[in-house]
Amino acid sequence: MTSVPEAPSTGTTTGADDAHVPAWAGFEPGAWRDRIDVRDFIQRNYAPYEGDGAFLAGPTSRTTGVWDTLSAMFPEEREKGVHDVDPTTPAGITAHAPGYIDKDAEVIVGLQTDAPLKRAIMPNGGWRMVENALETYGYEVDPVLKEFYTHERKTHNQGVFDVYPANVRAARSSHIITGLPDAYGRGRIIGDYRRVALYGVDALIAAKKADRALIDMEPFSEANLRDREENSEQIRALGELVQMAESYGFDVRRPAENGREAVQWLYFAYLGAVKEQNGAAMSLGRTSTFLDIYLQRDIAAGRLTESEAQEIIDDFVIKLRIVRFLRTPEYDALFSGDPTWVTETIGGMGEDGRPLVTRTSFRYLQTLYNLGPAPEPNMTVFWSAALPQGFKDFCAKVSIDTSAVQYESDDEIRAAWGDDAAIACCVSPMAVGKQMQFFGARVNLAKTLLYAINGGRDEVTGKQVSPAVPPVDGDVLDYDDVRARFDKTMDWLAETYVEALNCIHWSHDKYAYERLEMALHDREVLRTMACGIAGLSVAVDSLSAIRYATVRVVRDERGLVTDYVTEGDFPTYGNDDDRADDIAVELVESFMAKIRTHPMYRDAVPTQSVLTITSNVVYGKATGNTPDGRRAGEPFSPGANPMNGRDTHGMLASALSVAKLPYAAAQDGISLTNTIVPSGLGRTDDERVRNLAGLLDASVGGDGYHMNVNVLNRETLEDAMEHPENYPQLTIRVSGYAVNFVRLTREQQLDVLARTFHGAL
Amino acid sequence: MTTVPLEAPTRRTAGAGLRGVATADVDRHDRLALMRTGELGSVHSWELVTAVDGPGTRMTLFVSGCPLRCAYCHNPDTMAMKDGDPVLASEILDRVRRYLPVFRATGGGLTLSGGEILMQPAFAGRLLHGAKEMGVHTALDTSGYLGANATDAMLADTDLVLLDVKSGDPETYRAVTGRELAPTLTFGRRLAETTDCEVWIRFVLVPGLTDDQRNVERVAAYAASLNRRRAGTVTRVEVLPFHQMGRDKWASLGMEYSLEDTEPPTPEAVEAVREQFRAQGLTTY
Repeated sequence: MTSVPEAPSTGTTTGADDAHVPAWAGFEPGAWRDRIDVRDFIQRNYAPYEGDGAFLAGPTSRTTGVWDTLSAMFPEEREKGVHDVDPTTPAGITAHAPGYIDKDAEVIVGLQTDAPLKRAIMPNGGWRMVENALETYGYEVDPVLKEFYTHERKTHNQGVFDVYPANVRAARSSHIITGLPDAYGRGRIIGDYRRVALYGVDALIAAKKADRALIDMEPFSEANLRDREENSEQIRALGELVQMAESYGFDVRRPAENGREAVQWLYFAYLGAVKEQNGAAMSLGRTSTFLDIYLQRDIAAGRLTESEAQEIIDDFVIKLRIVRFLRTPEYDALFSGDPTWVTETIGGMGEDGRPLVTRTSFRYLQTLYNLGPAPEPNMTVFWSAALPQGFKDFCAKVSIDTSAVQYESDDEIRAAWGDDAAIACCVSPMAVGKQMQFFGARVNLAKTLLYAINGGRDEVTGKQVSPAVPPVDGDVLDYDDVRARFDKTMDWLAETYVEALNCIHWSHDKYAYERLEMALHDREVLRTMACGIAGLSVAVDSLSAIRYATVRVVRDERGLVTDYVTEGDFPTYGNDDDRADDIAVELVESFMAKIRTHPMYRDAVPTQSVLTITSNVVYGKATGNTPDGRRAGEPFSPGANPMNGRDTHGMLASALSVAKLPYAAAQDGISLTNTIVPSGLGRTDDERVRNLAGLLDASVGGDGYHMNVNVLNRETLEDAMEHPENYPQLTIRVSGYAVNFVRLTREQQLDVLARTFHGAL
Repeated sequence: MTTVPLEAPTRRTAGAGLRGVATADVDRHDRLALMRTGELGSVHSWELVTAVDGPGTRMTLFVSGCPLRCAYCHNPDTMAMKDGDPVLASEILDRVRRYLPVFRATGGGLTLSGGEILMQPAFAGRLLHGAKEMGVHTALDTSGYLGANATDAMLADTDLVLLDVKSGDPETYRAVTGRELAPTLTFGRRLAETTDCEVWIRFVLVPGLTDDQRNVERVAAYAASLNRRRAGTVTRVEVLPFHQMGRDKWASLGMEYSLEDTEPPTPEAVEAVREQFRAQGLTTY
């Protein structure tokens, strides 16, 4: 965990007392007034809420009206893929005129472009992606822009391919390393958007200028010049943020003075980021308890009612629900359902033992009732057994009613990154404003095992991809032999993978730098290189089969092993059986150790996730038959999940297997998605709530890191496939995020249906 | 003994497999000796389940072997004791110990099911006692037909009995199970009169077999009578609609299945039966 850099490097604010900063009237003073330190502000000023959800207010007619206006636009968007695109205005913080859904009715304002659901083009990531998307949706490609972004202004995509070595290109095209952010924005960076509300932009610019004075004093190095250039870019972006807010009639140079302004200021900051960056995940951070301080101050002063407070949050969440990016069908196949990962982290415990749960934590979750279920924002609860029971029960109830909440282990994350950390994307934790990650997608571990067996040749194309070694001989696979080969192939994979990531992030910093998001970070940030693995369960079960059963190989006319005949029983991952689970632990630890041996761009700290998002379908498609009996092309299980249908000893036994994967070797997160039928939780509403809260306590208490919880009947999903029009808001958690079920491809819908439904008769 | 097929647990299919539990490598002679002392049992599978076999999240152990031959059995594969795997009680208790935090967090515990758990009373007694020593909530899921096998000591180690009353009418009971009803009724009365066990009554509603209104009424009256013997004995009744999920198992075991064409009861019919129980003042789901 990084510590807060000492003042004045993170800036100063002037006139630090209530008389001079009216916006801070009534706030408990502290170090936060002398330097940028949002956590200190929260800790000194927030009031934990230990009650239940009885105080919450329903939607106002205004809220319902705005939401209905949008809802009427969604069917067409779903039908066409996009509602509208502005094909000629390259995105930027100030590129578009102000836009509204219903100007007079909106409590919180601001859209990415000049109209709701109209998508912008963001060519800095790569022109090809823009062009493909425009052609897909029937928009003309502006020749001037094309010329500009292919010849005049280099994009991130071009930059990466200028530096990729041949081995990376080969690994990439054979799908052993996939989903790399080399043609689109990397995302997974969370600006500390709260800073704009608390301090106002003027103070943030002053702090950045103070940083700059320090940077200028350092001796020459290329890194130092890069820091200076980035600092200039950050200050420029903050200036544009002021302009953008002005166009909506707000002055964000000063701190927010009340609850509504705090939400509006924070949202403008986030909006500036999503106006400019088409990141794979554009997460919000951990904002509810921060905003609660403002809302409760207004309520205590009689300036705001509960209904008005809820209305502000509802309207804010409406805006978060309509963040849109222009993406290609290939991208959508990988990350299905148009996700934006506006992840908001809720709850958790503070380092001092007080829960970080406030009334506004409840208000955020309440939006799932007031507006109906939705995949975005990606509501993420940091769960700890120590959370107040009223909050636990409310979360469980919301999960049961909406399937729209995911849970992460507060204890694990707090121990590693402190109590002001938030999730970017699905499971990636980071200390807000102090840490960012270089998103690294993932490698296909199952396919790597097949390479090991085939001496480095691809089992589908026959091409030599990893270094040539003699393939396995004989008819029966020997565990020690295969394991040793696998180890060698993983060495090659780790080296090639890290090389790819170094190229990508070097280029991204250069050609698509996230200037506003990074302006809302400290000068010194901890960078992680977030590697990832897919196909873990397939690799584990395959190795288990080789070890505990008899696996005979079947070779084709090219001499390639393309199929396996497995005789006998073997333990499978997901049943709390150490024989299989130990293999999973060993693979995760060993790949992490291999990653750590390589030098990282910008001295990033290497981490790893076991996460696939929805790409488990695509990775499976690109992978041949495997020794565990999975057929070529069949989807992998998502994330760290056991293979569909092989976890036969109950949901918690499955979760406890996954929980054996050590967080220390997967600090970018371990994703587990579970679906349970309502009757599998109990007979009455109270019983279901109690049992789900108990399951989460047990899972997190058993060192589980993450759990997506769906409470759904299979029949509901089958009916939704037949009659999508009846289920516009049916939300399902897939792997670290939620989607509208009806927006998944049919293939992915079938994959979801093939997964284990726990508690089914 | 009749030649009709088999067994007890009604509401859901048994678990799938014994992953993570070592099977004992003992010869037949030792096996029998160890089973007599309860050190060894014939086990079908285990599972961690929520909300079905008692409160909270529970480790349910399905054993093999059942004296009944219920026409609607969903787990015919647990009928024959010889088909189970030999597992040491200590092995099961090790796993119970592993799940102590789970039981604590969820208010769950250990449920012994089957097959018929009281066909292996020494094994059951050892597991219940071992679990109790660890402070774990315990449940027995039984037809009660072999209730006489349950010792007082065993019941003292039992918190909850899930008692399957398959029929209220002795003739119907015989038609459903091939056996007599009386032992079940006797066992239930004993639970009410001489133990502190909580009882959940379970009744499987099979159209054309157990759904006669008078038959249901007798089960309901019996359940209510237990509460007159000891107030608060029966805390819950579960009416479980028959379903066809066990059908494939019968086929794969090559056994004749008499309910091939039976449809599950309608939700209205199930609700009507639940009302019959509720009319007796019983909390019914």
